[in-house]
Amino acid sequence: MKSAKGFPRSHTIVALLQDHPGVLHRAVSLLRRRGYNIASLAVGRSEVEGVSRMTLVVEEEDVEQVVKQLNRLVEVLQVDDVTHDPTIEREVILVKVAAGGNMQSIVSVALGYGAAIADVGMGTMLLELSGSPAKVEGFLQRLSPFGILEATRTGRIAMVRGRATHSASELMSDLITSTPIPQSPEQWLSQADGINGTT
Amino acid sequence: MTLSTRTAAAKEPGADGSRTGAQLICEALVREGVEIMFGIPGGAIMPFYHAMWEYRAQLRHVLCRHEQGAGHAAEGYARTTGRVGVCVATSGPGATNLVTPLADAWMDSTPIIAITGQVSSLALGTDAFQETDITGITVPITKHNYLVQNVEDIPYVVKEAFYLARSGRPGPVLIDVTKDAQQARSIPRWDRPLSLPRHKSVGLLDRGAVERATALLVGAKRPLIMAGNGVIQSGGASELRAFAERTGIPVITTLHGKGAFPESHELSLGMSGMHGWVHVNRAIQECDVLFNIGGRFDDRVTGKVSTFAPRAQIIHVDIDPSEIGKVVPTAIGIRGDARATLTCMLELAPASNHDAWLARIRDIQREHEPHQAYRRRPDTPTLMPHDVFASLDRAFHKRSGYRVVTDVGQHQMWAAQLIEWGRPRSHITSGGAGTMGFSIPAALGAALAFPGETIWVIVGDGGFQMTNQEIATMVQEDVRNVKIAVINNGYLGMVRQWQELFEGARYSGTKLSGPDITLLAEAYGVRGIKVERPEDADQAIESAWSQDGLVVIDFRVEREANVFPIVPAGKSISEMMVTATANA
Repeated sequence: MKSAKGFPRSHTIVALLQDHPGVLHRAVSLLRRRGYNIASLAVGRSEVEGVSRMTLVVEEEDVEQVVKQLNRLVEVLQVDDVTHDPTIEREVILVKVAAGGNMQSIVSVALGYGAAIADVGMGTMLLELSGSPAKVEGFLQRLSPFGILEATRTGRIAMVRGRATHSASELMSDLITSTPIPQSPEQWLSQADGINGTT
Repeated sequence: MTLSTRTAAAKEPGADGSRTGAQLICEALVREGVEIMFGIPGGAIMPFYHAMWEYRAQLRHVLCRHEQGAGHAAEGYARTTGRVGVCVATSGPGATNLVTPLADAWMDSTPIIAITGQVSSLALGTDAFQETDITGITVPITKHNYLVQNVEDIPYVVKEAFYLARSGRPGPVLIDVTKDAQQARSIPRWDRPLSLPRHKSVGLLDRGAVERATALLVGAKRPLIMAGNGVIQSGGASELRAFAERTGIPVITTLHGKGAFPESHELSLGMSGMHGWVHVNRAIQECDVLFNIGGRFDDRVTGKVSTFAPRAQIIHVDIDPSEIGKVVPTAIGIRGDARATLTCMLELAPASNHDAWLARIRDIQREHEPHQAYRRRPDTPTLMPHDVFASLDRAFHKRSGYRVVTDVGQHQMWAAQLIEWGRPRSHITSGGAGTMGFSIPAALGAALAFPGETIWVIVGDGGFQMTNQEIATMVQEDVRNVKIAVINNGYLGMVRQWQELFEGARYSGTKLSGPDITLLAEAYGVRGIKVERPEDADQAIESAWSQDGLVVIDFRVEREANVFPIVPAGKSISEMMVTATANA
């Protein structure tokens, strides 16, 4: 979805955080400060002990400054706005629908979407689906005529396709342990990444 | 229990080599080179105060009258020395009183550490007596903070906190320690190495960007250097001077850049922004390359951003990458230490001059200076504020070995405009946060850091009434080298000025009464001088300076004097009012 200015209205941000108490508060506080609403937030352990991976969806046009400020937090190892990257995005939904004589129709919708029947109760069915946000949205719409009693979603998780660009182990092995300060111009200058023209 | 067992000094480790958490904090502070801290005790921080007594030969504690004063004193110490200032408070209201100085230090990138006591870990979250979630409260105004519940964590946390406070872009760090963690014993491990993500440290400079920036700047027709706080914080003032002299590029400063470049220098133009001189803001609007080194394009500097430096390609050097491109689009952004960047640029830059451009700016200056508000003295026996600043400037020219702390408001701008600043860390003020009440406690910190120098406070009667209680702290600590000049106009003057100029002179909530300041000074046991006539100002300042002891001078100035020029809030820096009725 594009706004009048041509920026996407929704941004997906992926971050690696040290798994410390309060780190989520610090990250979310930067969005709250600007009055940004978080559309979804999913956070859990990554492949490396002590590092969490977070996927954040923010419905705002300009998140560049927020991404930079997130990067400034001590416990944030890496932050990327992956909105324009080729990503796989998934959500899990649990949905409880009213099921009477229409049970067969519900089952056929579930099969069509590849959803699992997690539980069948007295007059209810509990379905489980994992899929892209669009698929999950479509599934919900398709179920709504039956009567949705309850629905809960995990929030989006995203991963960039192809070679890993967000390796937690690499980041964790690159910690400051001592801080030699260069003295001469030769020592200061390198071919290191700079921050060039933002225009 | 006998008295001796109750008060037994426990500095020596126990038989097993263990120490209390409170002792470990003291030990860690000594290891970080801390010599002085400012604070107020209370229930949850009492174990630390108990241990502090054993370390009193190495760690001086200054008892302040309000935690806000303790925080600003730590800032004053940090800003004048470049070292980390330390303040201490108890839980609850003690900790919340530190919120203002922490926010102030955050906005002005001042390295301070706040150590606060917290209720026992078992009572956390129960609304216990004097419990406040200070780590939650201070998340947006600290570089980082810690809630320490385990005594084992103390040595590492203090080490990391000091590293964070002074590395990269300096700033405040808070360490909240539960009472039980202060009391528990542990065998300390001091050798645990730092473990922080690498990109938080200042990396090496991007050679390509530094080369391109140097070529763009030196090759420009109308280049301008804008020096900010980063030049002072990095210790780069002499590199800046060498670079400016080698390239012949004129230099302007921000408020916090005052002292980064001597204002007596032929290449110095002065301060820009809301209350900058006309020729300085005109130079920004005419320049073709603007080189901002260590400043953050505060809105008081840029005015309306879309009209700021319209002809310029902007080069921005900042130690904090999140500042680059935040306010203005940059042609070249360099993440780097200001001194390191200047050192490299100095090597790369060919000797050059920009005399024609400098002459053009001086022409603008000559055109506008006669119309500047303070050029002529109105024919009145009333003491004008600029009489006082002229007297102060004369006194400062006669001496060295002084620093000046200003508060917030009209007097702060008059001081910035009318005193010729020369040395790094000699002009201390609250810039980003604009904290009234900053100056007197900050001067306490500066005075204890530099007992051989004279610390002048310039403060309005509004700010004076916010934190003058710290004069009592100075008296108790036998501080004798602080001289306080109160620019007393009986108003919250800057707000009154805005009301006069922009709100039809509706002086809503700005008229201010106060005590007789000389009598109040005497009540504190210090000398008070009242000055009501222009001809008495020089003598009062000389007398205060030569006196061995604290002096408060009550300058009763014209009540409705204004700061000019002024760029109305939200307007372009091209639109400067030079009097209440005339624009430049």
